[in-house]
Amino acid sequence: MSQQPLLQVKNLKKFFPIKGGVFGRRIGDVQAVNDVSFDVYEKEVLGIVGESGCGKSTTGKSILRLIEPTAGEVLFEGKDVTSLSQEEMRKMRRDMQIIFQDPYASLNPRHKIEKILGEPLIVHGIGTKEERRKKVEEILEIVGLPPEHASRYPHQFSGGQRQRIGIARALIVRPKLIICDEPVSALDVSIQAQVLNLMEDLQEQFGLTYVFIAHDLSVVKHISDRIGVMYLGKMVELADKDDLYAEPLHPYTQSLLSAVPEPDPDLKKERIILEGDVPSPADPPSGCPFHTRCPHVMEECRSVVPEFREIRANHFAACHLYKEERTRQSAETTIEHQS
Amino acid sequence: MEQAKKQKSPIPGPEQDEAGTVLPAPASPWKVAYKELKKNKLALVGLFIIAFFILTAIFAPLLTSYQPQSINAGPRLQSPNADHWFGTDDLGRDIFTRIVYGARISLMVGFFAVTGALFFGSLLGIVAGYFGRWIDMIISRIFDIMLAFPSILLAIAIVAILGPSLQNALIAIAIINIPIFGRLVRSKVISIREEEYILAAKAQGMKSGRILIHHVLPNSTAPIIVQATLGFGTAILEAAALGFLGLGAQPPTPEWGSMLSDARQYIQSAPWTVLFPGLSIMLVVLGFNMIGDGLRDALDPKMKT
Repeated sequence: MSQQPLLQVKNLKKFFPIKGGVFGRRIGDVQAVNDVSFDVYEKEVLGIVGESGCGKSTTGKSILRLIEPTAGEVLFEGKDVTSLSQEEMRKMRRDMQIIFQDPYASLNPRHKIEKILGEPLIVHGIGTKEERRKKVEEILEIVGLPPEHASRYPHQFSGGQRQRIGIARALIVRPKLIICDEPVSALDVSIQAQVLNLMEDLQEQFGLTYVFIAHDLSVVKHISDRIGVMYLGKMVELADKDDLYAEPLHPYTQSLLSAVPEPDPDLKKERIILEGDVPSPADPPSGCPFHTRCPHVMEECRSVVPEFREIRANHFAACHLYKEERTRQSAETTIEHQS
Repeated sequence: MEQAKKQKSPIPGPEQDEAGTVLPAPASPWKVAYKELKKNKLALVGLFIIAFFILTAIFAPLLTSYQPQSINAGPRLQSPNADHWFGTDDLGRDIFTRIVYGARISLMVGFFAVTGALFFGSLLGIVAGYFGRWIDMIISRIFDIMLAFPSILLAIAIVAILGPSLQNALIAIAIINIPIFGRLVRSKVISIREEEYILAAKAQGMKSGRILIHHVLPNSTAPIIVQATLGFGTAILEAAALGFLGLGAQPPTPEWGSMLSDARQYIQSAPWTVLFPGLSIMLVVLGFNMIGDGLRDALDPKMKT
């Protein structure tokens, strides 16, 4: 993976102000996304998992500036998206699309499907009226809906079909990157697999890059090449799918993976049950955000924020437990030139 | 029912999902609302009343052989009879003729006042609701100030400044109705602005103007239509009130409110002189209110009790 990443997120932060008091002063911040960095390479699927409220959706929307990030850089093909003007950003959106979680809320109920799908083409000035109509029919077929359905309204479709329309809408301008914000979590389990398979096929067919946000580990495992785990606004671990599932490094990832239900009842496995609740992102703990619940907590964790670094090859984690391991490793691999 | 069309997808497998569950025909939300409206008897009665008055206004010259302003079309203060269906007033004018021509004035006042209020109110409401912040602050406070006055008092003040005439009364009525539409549109826009399909439109790369016109506005029309219909009734009533006070249409214009005012001294000796203009005002306002209520139920089924 030495090529230039398609998307680079550097130290992304999003704080939502909490206003209070008599004059509505800013009395604090909800630190929804706090210093998140990762790269996404072309034609890969990067999964982002985490429980609700960990900031994964906010991360996705901040990348597209649907929520203005508080700080940090988002480099798309080397260009910093956060510094673009409104108009430049508007044009940029052709290359970066999003699929929303709720297929009921994300389609305008007063528009016919042909208008919903045709509008992105109009705003980016693609094709003539006739060409646009053709493209709409094409894309409907691609996502597995009859082209005749173009003249219907969203309320005449089921959840799975609506999500296919949502996918078609993101796809019709032929973007390079699609942020998938929990695209299947609102769907019935029996439909989830169909939509997931469709998304996988489309990714291959059009050479798409996905940032796939989900809270369902099995869904993410199915579709991702690499997976990032978020906890309380921070990325705690990022690795290739197989590495992450085979050898999770961060204690949070370990407990998360141990919670995945096992279909074989004879296979006994040890579950790591975390105590307590996720701390409030308005008042995150000092040091490592996970120290309040971590089974391996050390004195250092309470005060020092662990650095997010490469512990194994292409396996990043933010945890003090691996401090020594890294020094040992680096001692083996690098020539000693410093004391 | 759509079985034959399903197999076209180049992607194998997933196209099977619940294709059969798609409803066959019923289409636009407006058609659904129309069906709903047709079931409502009261709204249909209202529609009938208004249609009746509109036809009356259009075909006024065909319905009567008299002129609304011709004095001594018959004897003075004559009770209703075969020649003068609604009787005559103190100047011998045919009341039926004046009512029929008055329908033109009332409906026109209603139409222009509501259109004006709707246009400016919606514009201000959309701007306030969509852009928020200080723009919203300023516009909303102006609305509050206007609503703090009793509306008819405000109308009187405006007419007093502009001078009494039908046209100025119309302008005054439009102005006092602006905040009513403005507030409604603003609140609707604020709630729609937060919808995910607006975010989706933004993600698609649409400009604010396009989002406002193609996405926000069409989704806020239902309550606006209802308010406009109800506003018709109020506007006609307000025009009649201004006419009655001598601030609206000036004599000899056959305006229902001023007819009432002119005839009020004969209420005991010749009650028909006030009965028919009064009844007309009541019927028109009632008609609009009945349609308005029906529309509200039809356009927003959730509000039904």
